[in-house]
Amino acid sequence: MTALDQIRETVTGNDVVLYMKGTKTMPQCGFSSRIAGVLNYIGVDFVDVNVLADADIRQGIKDFSDWPTIPQLYVKGEFVGGCDIVTEMTLSGELDALFDAKGIAYSKDAADKIREANG
Amino acid sequence: MPITASDIENLIRESFPQARIRVDGDDGQHFAAEVVDESFRGMNRVQQQRAVYAALKGRMDGAQGELHALALTTKAPD
Repeated sequence: MTALDQIRETVTGNDVVLYMKGTKTMPQCGFSSRIAGVLNYIGVDFVDVNVLADADIRQGIKDFSDWPTIPQLYVKGEFVGGCDIVTEMTLSGELDALFDAKGIAYSKDAADKIREANG
Repeated sequence: MPITASDIENLIRESFPQARIRVDGDDGQHFAAEVVDESFRGMNRVQQQRAVYAALKGRMDGAQGELHALALTTKAPD
């Protein structure tokens, strides 16, 4: 299976996927850490893919989304954005709206707490 | 030679001549850029940032990319 096929299978077979440097419990880059931290904090069940463990996936995910940087967040097979976009969406409440629309479970209270702390 | 904030600004400026552009960061690796341009109106953030990445012509890419970290904020003028 090619890297692109593998990526397609991962993002369509799982509700929320984060391509990141490191893992959700041990991120190895500040940007990856920020998105993983938000998802962990608000209790989203997500699959983490460590691009540092596979050079083909690391390049493949950039080709797949036509997006040159990592982390990359996918919800129900759709590319949502990188660190800056997800941060903005968290603070604006758009991420909540996206999870609501896609039927992804998360804690609204925890998301509100992030907004209070960064308001 | 490490890339500078003004290099980044110039690259973005080539693609967005009318934009309001601010680039911060001087350690040669970590930068933050804000780009406000009329052409972003009607695009979602992914489309906006893709357009800025395209302006940077591969410098964000891969192990050879000169730019390790660029925090991007994009929007259309208010």
